[in-house]
Amino acid sequence: MTHATATVDLMRPPFPAEPGAGVYSNKLGMWVFLASDVMFFTALIGTYIILRFGVSEPWAKPNAVLNVPLTAFNTFLLICSSVSMVKAFAAISQGDQRGLRLWLLLTILAGASFVSVQVVEYIKLVGHGFTPAGYREGSLLAEHAVSDAVKYGAATSGLYGSTFFTMTGFHGFHVTCGVISMTYLYLTKVLPGKYSRQDYRGIETIGLYWHFVDLVWIILFTIVYLI
Amino acid sequence: METTHKLPNYMLIWLYLFILTGAEVLFAFEMPISQVVKILCLLFLAIVKALLVALFFMHLKFERWRLRVVFMIPLPLAAILVLAVITEKLW
Repeated sequence: MTHATATVDLMRPPFPAEPGAGVYSNKLGMWVFLASDVMFFTALIGTYIILRFGVSEPWAKPNAVLNVPLTAFNTFLLICSSVSMVKAFAAISQGDQRGLRLWLLLTILAGASFVSVQVVEYIKLVGHGFTPAGYREGSLLAEHAVSDAVKYGAATSGLYGSTFFTMTGFHGFHVTCGVISMTYLYLTKVLPGKYSRQDYRGIETIGLYWHFVDLVWIILFTIVYLI
Repeated sequence: METTHKLPNYMLIWLYLFILTGAEVLFAFEMPISQVVKILCLLFLAIVKALLVALFFMHLKFERWRLRVVFMIPLPLAAILVLAVITEKLW
């Protein structure tokens, strides 16, 4: 494999480094942004945990309302996109333009598919009566909640709906921003061949963002869909 | 002197992530275990997956400590924030 012979020097390409951090400014800036994004998502997840375990009434079972197999497939898609992103990085760090084009295109397609599946999931959930305000009156879910209040968490559906759509919505927004950014890079830098073995800062920087989005989803999937 | 390491086998990491995701779904819906044990197992698996992504895909394993600290500093702060609010009732 071509990347098997690469070394840690790839992590420190010959670009002017910021004193102290030892990395170039784009990369340092992305890491600082990601650190702030950690706080942002922790606030959302922390709020969810506090609300969920702070209420005395039962919370809806995850598989009662949500389509877990569909989201598991979506998780798989995002993990695949993370692999293709890192393969794009490995390709250009070896000067492989064709590999960069292929792997980055696959990443964009997988990211766009993730957002599309999430949109379909939202449409179906709202169609079944699960809204950010809880179970819609007269909907199928509201009827189920009346007959089985424990399984469907009838009393806490408003909290469930608002936290679910806020967390997954903000994550979906991050994925959308990533797909738009990667498409812009692909059209303006990758296709014209502006990246090279000597300069691939844009790919490494957007790659960090994309892997972080994957990392956040790994946590969200477990907390929101499985627990 | 610069030390050199081989970059990770990314496809192997992908395989680990795939297997761990499958294990999570099994744990969540198929395993006849108590809710507390289930939650602990699921959180453990999620943290392992997140670490795999951070260490190997984001290359934190190969970065200098000072850069790792930039990413790690918010984590204890966030934990303190959440724990403080959760334990508010005890004060």
